[in-house]
Amino acid sequence: MKAFTQLNGLACPIDRANIDTDAIIPKQFLKSIKRSGFGPYLFDEWRYKDHGEPGMDCTNRPLNSDFVLNHPRYKGAQIMLARENFGCGSSREHAPWAIEDYGFRVIIAASYADIFFNNCYKNGMLPIVASHAMVDKLFKECEATEGYALNVDLPSQTVTLPSGEVFSFEINATSKHNLLNGLDEIGLTLLHAEKIKSFEQKHKQNQPWLFA
Amino acid sequence: MAGKTLYDKLWDSHVVHEDADGTCLIYIDRHLVHEVTSPQAFEGLRLAGRKPWRPDTLVVNPDHNTPTKDWEKGIEDPISRLQVETLDSNIKETGALVYFPFKHANQGIIHVIGPENGTTLPGMTVVCGDSHTSTHGAFGALAHGIGTSEVEHVMATQTLIAKKSKRLLVRVDGELGVGVTAKDVALAVIGKIGTAGGNGFAIEFGGEVIRALSMEGRMTICNMAIEAGARAGIIAPDAKTAEYLKGRQYAPKAADWDKAVAYWSTLATDPDAVFDSIVELKGAEIAPQVTWGTSPEQVLPINGRVPDPAQEKDSTKRTSIENALKYMGLKANTPIEEIKLDKIFIGSCTNSRIEDLRAAAVVAKGKKVASSIQLAMVVPGSGQVKRMAEAEGLDKIFTEAGFEWREPGCSMCLAMNADRLSPGERCASTSNRNFEGRQGQGGRTHLVSPAMAVAAAIAGHFVDVRSV
Repeated sequence: MKAFTQLNGLACPIDRANIDTDAIIPKQFLKSIKRSGFGPYLFDEWRYKDHGEPGMDCTNRPLNSDFVLNHPRYKGAQIMLARENFGCGSSREHAPWAIEDYGFRVIIAASYADIFFNNCYKNGMLPIVASHAMVDKLFKECEATEGYALNVDLPSQTVTLPSGEVFSFEINATSKHNLLNGLDEIGLTLLHAEKIKSFEQKHKQNQPWLFA
Repeated sequence: MAGKTLYDKLWDSHVVHEDADGTCLIYIDRHLVHEVTSPQAFEGLRLAGRKPWRPDTLVVNPDHNTPTKDWEKGIEDPISRLQVETLDSNIKETGALVYFPFKHANQGIIHVIGPENGTTLPGMTVVCGDSHTSTHGAFGALAHGIGTSEVEHVMATQTLIAKKSKRLLVRVDGELGVGVTAKDVALAVIGKIGTAGGNGFAIEFGGEVIRALSMEGRMTICNMAIEAGARAGIIAPDAKTAEYLKGRQYAPKAADWDKAVAYWSTLATDPDAVFDSIVELKGAEIAPQVTWGTSPEQVLPINGRVPDPAQEKDSTKRTSIENALKYMGLKANTPIEEIKLDKIFIGSCTNSRIEDLRAAAVVAKGKKVASSIQLAMVVPGSGQVKRMAEAEGLDKIFTEAGFEWREPGCSMCLAMNADRLSPGERCASTSNRNFEGRQGQGGRTHLVSPAMAVAAAIAGHFVDVRSV
């Protein structure tokens, strides 16, 4: 997993509540057996005027100029601003894969769906929860100011606005540690292999039918 | 000390390790696998030189990409075919407790085949790279969807890294009216608490209405817990649960059976346990439900009218209503009963079990699908459901009424195979998500119960199944 420490990046506002993972990456792209290459199809149905299919070269597809990701001023954005319940619906990890592959490393939203939130961490992305008032402010400032960039600092758990205002965010200690160090979670868990085995023995005695 | 909720009991009995910040390693008893969310996990294992910890916990079956007709032609889309073949070769390498490859007599939707084979049991932890894993909570199992990185983690370590959720009790008391089903209860709950209402929670469903439901009905409710934002929905096991499981292929046998049933009887919330939140509904007040928008929370009773954004004070909600009406091609204040349909889909892990098909057949019997409907299809949840329905003559009732009777699979719930809506087409669907493009780009989905879907097929527009 990629480590994440600090980022000073351009923000892009996706102003819609309850964005589901079907919208983030439509189902036809889930046929891929790979983990990469989903970025060009991020928000496919909102981003392009034609119907996207896996493997399509997107460089000449007709763009929907109304969709914010297509506005030239947000080119190269690395921080996504979103509203409530971002990433709801399907558990597809292809959604964070697409967001990350596009170039985003941080999402700032009022709230997230649980599965999506977890999936972000597994891919070196930082999903930040901010208050409704702060999210409103970020949207307003971002839309009003071209080149609106935020400074996200994981060690101090803070985001600094261009005005110098700082807000802090919560993250649990384990996720923070793993993200800062880009650690392989499976490798870490396997350090507990003996503990897993002894749990398993006890579990088998209690419920032998689970080990048929 | 207060007693424990069912969720607490399931959680506590699976904690292998706990970090200082409450992050836990949870032991996983059952891992369901399908073709869409697993190839990258198997590849990850291979690259790291790791093997599955317990292949005997894997229950595997392709379902998303498989066609629902012309099986002799195989899978025509080469990308879909490769994904299904990749599952074949991965399982050949690792082994599994159960594997039903494409065209196997018992193949079906993973969330239908788990329970029907007795591989989902009370007291278990169940995961799958699929959000509708919540379905299995109907058996008193702690079951929820995970991402592909977690699929790989569970395969490699038999554990999941997780933090305990808060506990929400949804209690539905009283009795349901005639023609009102588990699907209507699920939609009514989502309408009440919203699609984010369950975020951060595990929901326990309780109350007289839930206790009175069949196992199929309980699966429908738990299946849709995720549409209320809760990763897991749970219902305490009871005599009905044991009755359903008894004699199924992978259910415990002989002395183990008695021991298991005794253990399962302890899996109920203690009377003095405390929930973080409680939501109550009255069964008698729930009418057949129809979604009108692009989120499952945008739902109304059949006698309702499409909302008017001008009446909504909250600006975010107003924008959501405006966006939904535009996408759905609906005008504010239109009576739900005046909405005309193009296609009808009966199926999905929400509503494709035998009881769903029986309820649909009762309404379809001796009737004809309206001539204005372009396609009405019934997609059974598994090979076993299909054979059972055929033995009862349900397939004849459907085909005589003008429905197509298909092979099992996920089908038009998410339209990864050839079954899909064209832009602008409107569908009454027994599935679980009415998101934009879910059933095909530009397609318009209205979620309903199987009985309501058939009633709509016959009338050509939504009608109150209680009046049919």
